Amino acid sequence: MTVELFIQNVFNALTVGSLYALIAIGYTMVYGILRFINFAHGDIFMAGAYLIFFIAFHLSWPIAAILAIAGSSLLGILVDQTAYRPLRDAPRISALISAIGVSFFLENLALVVFTGLPRPAVQPKWMVDPIVVGGVHILPLTFLVPVVTAVLVLGLLWIVHRTRPGLAMRAISRDIETTRLMGVSIDRIIALTFGLGSALAAAAGIMWAMRYPQIHPFMGVIPGFKAFIAAVVGGIGSIQGAVMGGLLLGTVEVMAVAFNPTLSGYRDAFAFVLLIVILLFLPTGLVGEKIKDKI
Amino acid sequence: MKLLKILAAALFAVSLMASTGQAQVKVGVYLPLTGQNAFGGQLELDGINLAAGTLPEVLGQKVELVVMDNKSDKVESANAVRRLIENDKVVAIIGTYGSSLALAGGEVAEASKIPVVGTSCTNPLVTQGKTYYFRACFIDPYQGAGAATYAVKNLSAKKAALLTDVSNDYAVGLSEFFKRSFLALGGEIVAELKYNSGDQDFTAQLTEIISKAPDVMFMPAYFAEGGIIMKQARELGATFRIMGGDAMDNPETVSIAGEAAEGFIHTSFPYDSNMPDMNAEAKAFTEAWKKANPDKEPNVNAALGYASYVMVLDAITRAGSADPAAITTALAATKDLNTPLGLLTLDKDHNPQMPVGIIEIKDGKRAYLGEITPE
Repeated sequence: MTVELFIQNVFNALTVGSLYALIAIGYTMVYGILRFINFAHGDIFMAGAYLIFFIAFHLSWPIAAILAIAGSSLLGILVDQTAYRPLRDAPRISALISAIGVSFFLENLALVVFTGLPRPAVQPKWMVDPIVVGGVHILPLTFLVPVVTAVLVLGLLWIVHRTRPGLAMRAISRDIETTRLMGVSIDRIIALTFGLGSALAAAAGIMWAMRYPQIHPFMGVIPGFKAFIAAVVGGIGSIQGAVMGGLLLGTVEVMAVAFNPTLSGYRDAFAFVLLIVILLFLPTGLVGEKIKDKI
Repeated sequence: MKLLKILAAALFAVSLMASTGQAQVKVGVYLPLTGQNAFGGQLELDGINLAAGTLPEVLGQKVELVVMDNKSDKVESANAVRRLIENDKVVAIIGTYGSSLALAGGEVAEASKIPVVGTSCTNPLVTQGKTYYFRACFIDPYQGAGAATYAVKNLSAKKAALLTDVSNDYAVGLSEFFKRSFLALGGEIVAELKYNSGDQDFTAQLTEIISKAPDVMFMPAYFAEGGIIMKQARELGATFRIMGGDAMDNPETVSIAGEAAEGFIHTSFPYDSNMPDMNAEAKAFTEAWKKANPDKEPNVNAALGYASYVMVLDAITRAGSADPAAITTALAATKDLNTPLGLLTLDKDHNPQMPVGIIEIKDGKRAYLGEITPE
């Protein structure tokens, strides 16, 4: 493999990896606080992509992005209020099943409302006109996605570590009962958590649709699934871990093909075998700690 | 309680009406109306409905279409056929778009001995060795050879690369047939890359293909993935010609790929609303379509749906009865049947012979370049 080809693949990996990372953060954040996998995350991601698809017809792109993220946040909070909140004190498996139900519900709702037809996404031209440096083609989006991811992660860390609701989130993640006894409105904090998690999912959905300009009701299933795995490999509950896991998964996927072009049909198999091996040696993931502050 | 009585009376009346009404011939339709292949399925259904509107009766009985959605899913496809046969007792079935779906549905029809006419399932295995599966479309060896012939003769291509969805029977078959013909015509295959249905990132595969500098890349994808592949290829600086199969014949190809679709060439069936010399049946179909759907261009999938319905009705007429066994025998003997795709004659493997249409995307629009007979 030539150096040029390798560098091209590094950028390919960075683009897809940072998108996985962006989705994975949402999973890990909700898990960190509630110890619960929000399987509807991938569908909020899809909702974000559809929202921007419809809003960007009428309004300019940045406003559409903000509205789509806000709308998805509300959807996330609504999902929590209707499907998870009544099950707060039920066994955890019940909430998990409810999450899977919500996921199917949202997918099929989208199928009825938007039909199964894939739709082209709106792509601002400056994001997808490649920059050519020494034979390597790089999309501006490739730089934008990690920047957006970094800004969102920093914002999230600031909220979690520097604000009062963040303090309450951390308290809930350690001991929900005691936090409630201290007079914290648990439900409001959890709603905030879902709102933030869903905003991240929508941001990821929008960026994903920029990169892969095709929107359909099941678009969240596979990226959501892969991002969930990335979050687990990184160490679920850890925001830094989610970013590392996402980048690692993207890199492995791209390099598996780059180094074995004849076996490219087995790309996912290569990627997941490696991830299984990582989990065998590091059962709590790359940066997973035993039981400590999980966010 | 009173309400219940009224309901019961109403139900009784309805059932009485149904049983005393005119006898009906039930024809099942199974197509992907939702999911990945919904677009093609919907168009084929439009074509079938159009044909049913034109030819509503056979043997003096009304034809009743029973439509099932196979949801672009192999399991649902088998279920749809089972339901049509066991629940609705249809005498013949039309469908489906998608060879994987047809293979799944065909198993059930074969076991239940109900004839099926495929609309656009082009993989040879759909009818090969089957007694009850027929089709209105050509098969992939023919289509793949058509694409390879065009690449070598008209585009002077010497080196080709393949990018194939390994989880799709249609794509695997078509790539294989393209490869065989391209090699036979003296070409060279420089790269064979693969992916799985549902993948969205093809940059690693495309980077490898670009490094091998082929003249053409053959990519027998469905339009949804195909559009993204073309886009990513151009973003990575690919300058080679991209070619595909009939599954790319869809307006969405251009709306997803945008400028990247420029110069894309794909094979298709020999019908196009802008084709230069149209036969009488194709003209009739085009006019009927424009009357029924003034805002939609007639498309080849609709023509195939239309032709499939015509095939079934022709078979029932010649059989002189709506008995599935008699229809099967009559279908196998289909000869010189007038359809929008030309005169249709089925060979011993239940496949019609027809030339391969070549379409190029020019200025964001499909242009019918003509027909080619594969070598």
